[in-house]
Amino acid sequence: MIELAGVTKYFHRGSVNQVLALDNVSLSVSDGDFITVIGSNGAGKSTLLSCVAGSFLPDNGTITLDGVDITAWPEHRRAAHLGRVFQDPLLGTCASLSIEQNLALALRRGTTRGLGKGVTDEDRGYFRREVHKIGLGLEKRLADRIGLLSGGQRQALTLLMATLVRPKVLLLDEHTAALDPKTANAILLLTEHIVTEQKLTTLMVTHNMNQALKLGNRIIMLHQGTVILDIGGEEKRKLKVTDLLAQFYAVKGEEFSSDKMLLT
Amino acid sequence: MTFFAFIGALEQGFVYGIMVLGVYLTFRVLDFPDLTVDGSLPLGAAVSAVAITHGVNPFLSLFLAMAAGFLAGAVTGILNTKLKILHLLASILTMIALYSINIRIMDGPNVSLLGTDTVLDTWMRMGLPSHLAAPTCFAAMAVLVVGLLIWFLYTELGQTLLATGDNRQMIVAQGVDTHKVIIFGVGLSNALVAFAGALIAQNQGAADVGMGVGTIVAGLASVIVGETVFGAGSVPRAVVAAVLGSVLYRMAIALALGLKIGDFAFSPSDLNLITAALVVFAMAAPALKKRFMR
Repeated sequence: MIELAGVTKYFHRGSVNQVLALDNVSLSVSDGDFITVIGSNGAGKSTLLSCVAGSFLPDNGTITLDGVDITAWPEHRRAAHLGRVFQDPLLGTCASLSIEQNLALALRRGTTRGLGKGVTDEDRGYFRREVHKIGLGLEKRLADRIGLLSGGQRQALTLLMATLVRPKVLLLDEHTAALDPKTANAILLLTEHIVTEQKLTTLMVTHNMNQALKLGNRIIMLHQGTVILDIGGEEKRKLKVTDLLAQFYAVKGEEFSSDKMLLT
Repeated sequence: MTFFAFIGALEQGFVYGIMVLGVYLTFRVLDFPDLTVDGSLPLGAAVSAVAITHGVNPFLSLFLAMAAGFLAGAVTGILNTKLKILHLLASILTMIALYSINIRIMDGPNVSLLGTDTVLDTWMRMGLPSHLAAPTCFAAMAVLVVGLLIWFLYTELGQTLLATGDNRQMIVAQGVDTHKVIIFGVGLSNALVAFAGALIAQNQGAADVGMGVGTIVAGLASVIVGETVFGAGSVPRAVVAAVLGSVLYRMAIALALGLKIGDFAFSPSDLNLITAALVVFAMAAPALKKRFMR
């Protein structure tokens, strides 16, 4: 489905602040894979996702989607095939537009936008049914500005928008990290439901090891821009947090034992 | 204020109101402060005047002016998106370049339209008294543009413009090339400004290279006055408020110019100072309100 081959990315290359964010990363994602991505702060998790999304061009390596080389494609062109949910719940929706207007913008992802009506009556019926499915009662408030909603509600709608047109790959960048635990859990359940229902190929970055183990069929761990663990299938199902930590230290030695982020 | 000053303010308010809609489009919808307008207003005037003196139908000349304005705005958009020049600076560059271009178009600093047929002459032939022709004509045009702009902002493309100004990351994630949207949006805005410039030239009987000075400030003042007085809760409301803001602004100017305190009276050259003070006051109003009205 999506394939990264030898992808390298430096930030601030050539300056004293040079950071090697991705170091020769190769990753092959199969159709229907739900991969959770973990790693400590600065490991390159979000960079990996941005790289797939096309927020920047890699310094080296290629990215192919369904056999097509998309390395040089700009972000908006790739977006036609990708669904994205960001960490910041405010980033995925337009505050000044209504719920239905936001959904309509998402419904036309990958199409040329002309002088047709922004939101048609047909759209409204469809949105009412889809929004009803996420169970927040928002189907009665389609004409309300999204800026009036809470972060959790906006994140749920962002998730719906990302999957309204079935994406080839769904990219979730710590999309529950900025929410309170209860809301985060609700969003996570919704994520699981949508991904299972639509059989979506998904990359989900998370800080939370339990989350990473509970969801998905495959887990990868990044450290200093390289993939240090990649476990799937039956082995992943049996994996526990303690196993992950043990594996992590085995690969990287004890220099990171103080990394508290990994224990949460 | 005399009746004629009032009529004059209405007339100016509506015709500059079309320019203000252009400023609203960049400043508020796209969140792109665009100073190109100081150059595209005389550009529209120049193109229309030269076309008319060359025998082109005055109505057709309006469309030529709009096309020229669109190109000017598109240049600013390209400078900003493709060449990564800061929007404010990109628009200033286009603006000063337009000064030279406008003189080239007119083959001099101005072109007179005395004795030629204009849009207003056609309007007057419908039997209106001459002092009412311009205000009614411009009001009709402003209403037409308001209607079209509101309709446009609810189309797929219009919604894309609104989203680009609100949340760039979101609309990119929906597969939209924001570069194209900005180039088109700034172009459309300057097409409206050039359209207003063409009407102004036809009304005052001349196009002049200096007539654009202060356009952006008047535009901003009108948008802000409109928002403050009439609100901007929804798109239709904000669009109507922009035009009404323009009318209010011209009224305020007319009032100020008619003011006499003892021996002191404002002269037309004080206009810029008054405008600047008005914009500062309107922009500072929310902050001042917070401080003093707790």
